[in-house]
Amino acid sequence: MKKAFIEKTANLIFLVCAVVAIFAVCAITLYMFMKGAPALGEVGVSDLLFGKVWKPTADSPSYGILFIVLSSIVGTGMAVLLGVPIGLMTAVFLSEIAGKRIGSVVGGAVELLAAIPSVIYGLVGMMLLNPLMYQLEKKIYEGVEGHQYTGGANMLSAIMVLAIMILPTVISVSTSSLKAVPDHLKAASLALGATREQTIFKAVIPAAKSGILTGVVLGVGRALGEAMAINMVAGGAVNLPLPFNSVRTLTTQIVSEMGYAQGLHRRVLFTVGLVLYLFIMIVNFILLRARKKEVAK
Amino acid sequence: MKKKVIAALTTACLMATLFSGCGQKEVTNDQADNQSNSATADATNDGADQEVASGSELTGTLTLAGSTSMEKLCEAMSESFMEANPGVTVTAEYTGSGAGLESLAAGSVDIGNASRGLKDEEKEGGSVENIVALDGIAVITDKENTVVDITSEDLAKVYKGEVTNWSELGGEDEAIVVIGREAGSGTRDAFEELLEVKDACVYAQELDSTGAVLAKVASTPGAIGYVSLDVVDDTVIGLKIDGVEPTEEQILAGSYKLQRPFVMATKGEISQQNEVVKAWFDYINSEEGKAVIKKVGLIIPQ
Repeated sequence: MKKAFIEKTANLIFLVCAVVAIFAVCAITLYMFMKGAPALGEVGVSDLLFGKVWKPTADSPSYGILFIVLSSIVGTGMAVLLGVPIGLMTAVFLSEIAGKRIGSVVGGAVELLAAIPSVIYGLVGMMLLNPLMYQLEKKIYEGVEGHQYTGGANMLSAIMVLAIMILPTVISVSTSSLKAVPDHLKAASLALGATREQTIFKAVIPAAKSGILTGVVLGVGRALGEAMAINMVAGGAVNLPLPFNSVRTLTTQIVSEMGYAQGLHRRVLFTVGLVLYLFIMIVNFILLRARKKEVAK
Repeated sequence: MKKKVIAALTTACLMATLFSGCGQKEVTNDQADNQSNSATADATNDGADQEVASGSELTGTLTLAGSTSMEKLCEAMSESFMEANPGVTVTAEYTGSGAGLESLAAGSVDIGNASRGLKDEEKEGGSVENIVALDGIAVITDKENTVVDITSEDLAKVYKGEVTNWSELGGEDEAIVVIGREAGSGTRDAFEELLEVKDACVYAQELDSTGAVLAKVASTPGAIGYVSLDVVDDTVIGLKIDGVEPTEEQILAGSYKLQRPFVMATKGEISQQNEVVKAWFDYINSEEGKAVIKKVGLIIPQ
């Protein structure tokens, strides 16, 4: 009797804890839609999402966030294109090639990279990367008419910082899935006369595909949601996402203007938040699908 | 399998006892907390009573409406004012200078805030201009820059993207990196309005704080930016505008271009207002009020 009672209470406690998380997700989702949807109606869906001009405080304001959405997509996409190959190679090195000693050094460095707060990435990017970018910008655009010099705070800086920021995620998830590949696969491949490189690229990586994909999707999520570091290195003017343009992404858009925004301007910023939220939801949905596939295997 | 179930059950039981144990402790803690809470509450109540008894007995409400740029000043001032006069409630809305003066004329607020001088027709309507503070904006460049003086026309051209190299302004051959603040910032609003380049600016970087602008301008060769006058330090050069140095003296003399008055307009002279409004202006002119004005980076008019 007493035992049953204790068990029931324990169950209840676990349930309540689980509900807290679910409640938070539901509340945030509901809030984002409630706050973000009205401005869509007020400005007009196509004017807002596909408008190219962002002048929220002008006498006849325009709230087009197309360039902002594009910057987020391009920035994240390029960072993944740059970061994933490096991350994957590092993971291969850690799981297949490195000995115990080198492996622990590299592994430790990767963990440290994950522990660095994003504001530090931003700071280093601002102080080291931006001046270098400005040198490069001056060389490339020498004598070119009509280019606005950004002082090195541009899309390319943001991409590079993001690429480094997603490395730890990609590396750690990929490493564990590469390590989980059964030894007999490798042994069979080697026994058939394949070299070690052939074994890695033709047998081990394909076998760990879904785990690697999970790492990539997690990296996409991190890059898409990063605000602080980008805010510090990307310049923050609303422009087409070209390498040497100063850009603003969905996250930095909210961070930089929420402070003083009022009225419709403020409501539009919530819509920007909603768009970001939907992007993240899509990324997570893909992640869930990938994991399910993995489990099904 | 059976072993696992047993293990799970024991864990659950252990957890449950752990939780119930915690619960009991919490109860005793709560009791202690309650006791100490009520004790401190009593103490603070006593304090408040004393304060009311010794402080002013002014009661009532004060309503302000107007300029968004004056939000920082109004919030700081009303907070400090309400601390000194606990019986008064100050409410401020930030609807824009024009709208604030309209509300004042319509009699729906006590004070209309405007971050510009009153127009003649507004004065004819009975509104009186009371300048409470002066706002100055400095235009800054990096230390290496050789241009130290710029005309306001040239400055407007720089921010509109028509002039893109310092050599066009008599400086070295260095690209101009145009740095500004984000949309909605009071400083940006003031700068663009005073220079008459509202929403025509082409920024290379839009940063979201004064400190960020200062740091970026200091570290980027060829950069130009604008910040509140009070934060300019020796990491940057404060440019002369039309030959006038950006200093407090020049602003008080009214000769610096990028300055504007913060006006708290009343309907009729201050002496004709009710006690609360009079107390408000007295407070602004007191030492405490002046300290607030300085704290938010503004200049005290003389």
